Amino acid sequence: MRKCSIDNINDVLKALSEKIPLYLPVDRLDGKATYQKYQEGKVWSNALNTERSAKDFFFPQMENLVEFKTQGKNVEVIDIRDEKQDFIIFGVRACDVKSFEILDRVFLSQPVDTFYKSRREHGIIFSLACSKPNETCFCSVFNIDATAPAGDVTLWKTETEVFFKANTEKGEKILSEIDSLTTECGEETVNEQREKTKKILSKLPLSDLDLTNFGVGKTKALFDSPLWKEMSSTCLGCGTCTFVCPTCQCYDIKEFKVGDKVTRFRCWDSCMYSDFTKMAHGNPRLTQAERFRQRFMHKLVYYPDNNDGLFSCVGCGRCLSKCPISMNIVKVIKRVGGKENE
Amino acid sequence: MSNNEVLIPTVGVITDVRRDTPDIKTFRVVTPNGVKPFEHKPGQCAMLSIPGVGEAMFSITSSPTNTEYMEFSIKKCGCVTEWLHSAEVGQQITIRGPYGKPFPVDDEFVGKDLLFVAGGVGLAPLRSVINYCRHYRERYGSIDIVYGSRSKDDLLDYKEIIDEWSNEEGVNVHLTIDNPQEGWDGHVGFVPNYVKELNFSTNKTAVLCGPPIMIKFTLEGLCSLGFDKTQIYTTLELRMKCGVGKCGRCNVGSKYVCKDGPVFRFDELDELPSEY
Amino acid sequence: MQKVSREILVDKAISLLNQGVVKAVFGWRKGEFDYDVTPAVFTTEKDIKENFVFNGFCGANFSKYLVAKTVNFDGKILVFLKSCDTYSFNQLLTEHRFDREKVYAVGIPCDGMADISKVKEIAGDGVSKIDFEGDMMKVTTLYQDEPVEIKLGDVLLERCYNCKSKKHVAYDELIGEDGEVLDSNRFDEVAKLEAMTPDERFAFWQGELSKCLRCNACRDVCPACTCEKCVFDNPNSGVENKAAANSFEEKMFHIIRAFHVAGRCTDCGECSRVCPQNIPLHLLNRKFIKDINQFYGEYQAGEQVGSRAPLVNYTTEDVEPCDVFKGGEENA
Repeated sequence: MRKCSIDNINDVLKALSEKIPLYLPVDRLDGKATYQKYQEGKVWSNALNTERSAKDFFFPQMENLVEFKTQGKNVEVIDIRDEKQDFIIFGVRACDVKSFEILDRVFLSQPVDTFYKSRREHGIIFSLACSKPNETCFCSVFNIDATAPAGDVTLWKTETEVFFKANTEKGEKILSEIDSLTTECGEETVNEQREKTKKILSKLPLSDLDLTNFGVGKTKALFDSPLWKEMSSTCLGCGTCTFVCPTCQCYDIKEFKVGDKVTRFRCWDSCMYSDFTKMAHGNPRLTQAERFRQRFMHKLVYYPDNNDGLFSCVGCGRCLSKCPISMNIVKVIKRVGGKENE
Repeated sequence: MSNNEVLIPTVGVITDVRRDTPDIKTFRVVTPNGVKPFEHKPGQCAMLSIPGVGEAMFSITSSPTNTEYMEFSIKKCGCVTEWLHSAEVGQQITIRGPYGKPFPVDDEFVGKDLLFVAGGVGLAPLRSVINYCRHYRERYGSIDIVYGSRSKDDLLDYKEIIDEWSNEEGVNVHLTIDNPQEGWDGHVGFVPNYVKELNFSTNKTAVLCGPPIMIKFTLEGLCSLGFDKTQIYTTLELRMKCGVGKCGRCNVGSKYVCKDGPVFRFDELDELPSEY
Repeated sequence: MQKVSREILVDKAISLLNQGVVKAVFGWRKGEFDYDVTPAVFTTEKDIKENFVFNGFCGANFSKYLVAKTVNFDGKILVFLKSCDTYSFNQLLTEHRFDREKVYAVGIPCDGMADISKVKEIAGDGVSKIDFEGDMMKVTTLYQDEPVEIKLGDVLLERCYNCKSKKHVAYDELIGEDGEVLDSNRFDEVAKLEAMTPDERFAFWQGELSKCLRCNACRDVCPACTCEKCVFDNPNSGVENKAAANSFEEKMFHIIRAFHVAGRCTDCGECSRVCPQNIPLHLLNRKFIKDINQFYGEYQAGEQVGSRAPLVNYTTEDVEPCDVFKGGEENA
């Protein structure tokens, strides 16, 4: 393990970003943190987490897939994929790091999504351990250790120091390149912080969420619950929860046309939208209750069914603070999975 | 980048357009080099697109045993299909695939008496299986085909059915139309009723494809004849974008129609929520 | 603490339900914390007693829900309306969006509603409990030994800072005393934008609108956006988009929406309240309101049922289009 003084963190960021473009949470004018490209003057945010999740780095909201040239009856397919460059995402929290694993299982399973894969291969992740989780955090429910997140390098930040620990070869290599800015150290301070944080985590109001009634094989038990209709009765059908969610991965493929050039792109889509499953001759999910059910069943039953029981939620709490009507996965877990439904 | 990307299609050329019914046309597609775009199995689908118009999933109508080209029988019902219906021979489109789980023609179907029941454009996905089974005739028992449509003019592949299927030994074709029509001396009535009337023996493996209402009542009919749901297959259709189980919209419960389907056995469907 | 307590609303709801005046009650359902209340329909006394809440976080405007909730509903629905909500209520009635006969509206006084993110800016993260005492709230957090005391007035939602009216313009019954239309400073922020150079203003909006996720929450919550099918949801419209294909599109959505609700927007502020990216969307609408006031005389959408908005009402005194255009130039 290595460390540097918090006062020197800008030197570290500068040194890293000179080698590889680096993105880190920076406070916006409205005080909310977002990932921004590091350049001198950018200050690493103290916020617990970014407004948008880190999924954008590998699965951006919009990306071009392919171009076509049309002329008369002819169509030309133009592969516009380019070789991606390495980049660093600095200060990713444990929940968002875990979300990459959940996205990997979708995009890297056969047939591999090469757009996602090339970004993923070029991304170097500096994760950041939590020390002051929020009341909306519930990552521990999904067995995520917020005090020791995965990633190529794990960071711990105290009032005075930043600690670095490489977890992968990639991580070791990049840390060795900034050796002159850090010093070797023991793990006592970090362990102390971890113990303290763990105590807080165990006392978080949502740390006792019970997932026993969700997971593999629970479709039949939950699908026809009357609670879906009740709980979705004031759902606006907006896409906020899906767009701020680090694990929501549904997308649409669309095109825009300029002259004889057609660009096909994909963009995030939301199962909450009325046209998500609409076909020329019908729609299997006609009401918001069905769309609402789809979202939570996907995260809590369907995804686990297909992925060895892994839930498609990391407990980051973004949907809790962003939903316009404060309806969210925690309320669903508590009610749909609770006594009312037994 | 050299690796293959499923979302990037290849060019296909329409080399023949055949009008089957007032609203169904069959398109023959090859690559610009004149060969079949890719190999497939009966029941699988392909994504066809017209850049600037859109992309949609279609079942491959031609049999895998056809080594020269692919065919798609397409009913006019949305943007992409309307555009295709106006396309002429020589038009280039894009194609990617094959997608989905095929009918179990090389395992469960082998040695079985087969019963195909189709309504309207529902014959399109079955034509691939029927012709495959006709090609490997010795592998299967008898073949019964019940096919119905609104009218005589709405029967798909009528010429092939009359000239080839009907004349083949061991293949029994039972056609029906919804209402009496001049020049039609065959059966008149809805498919589900006809299936019951025909009183098939229950040792058959059945494959259903057609409008939901036809499927529902044919399934009930077959079950009342004594068929078990493990003997009956169908193929589903839901909105798809990626075709490979990632874009997230064609699921029925934990199953993606594009990847885990479109072919399902009815006992499998019973395990899924009824959201299709 | 609001002037009206939860107990008064609960008693009112239960008595109207038990008398058979209403068959359902639209209210706020308690959440996991003291601030995450959810709009909900209650139909039983038990549910109301156990789960109905009313506190300083009940900002949601229920008016728009009446459009969907009254259709195919046999009987009356009780709805609690804050003064600002009543303007949306009237505007929807003006546009014949729901059947007035199916609603029993109870006006409730409001001291302004709090914005939890502002509370957290003061108290810090880890808010575990919020107790209201008078116009103060005591915020208990995981990280402070003592509760943090915050004045409600310091953490109001933006729209409540600039409350335009404490007067209820529609109700069947009013709890407490009615308030007055207020002299608000709500156009000050618009004036600030008008004072910018076009380049500065463009940069301002580009900065704000580029944050947009296209989640459509602003549209979906907006009481003026009640089209059965929005053009932006119609795949055949040619403008349906979930992500901006270019930087023009992200502006187009918001600008078209602002035009569409011009003259009908009551300035209820829901768009900015729900925006997950904190875009001050209400400023677009407020600019329209300010201009309409300037060009056609003071007009408040929703003040009266059946009033004709200046933009859909021709009079010979109307300002000439060229003057409107020039007006824009002067402001530019």
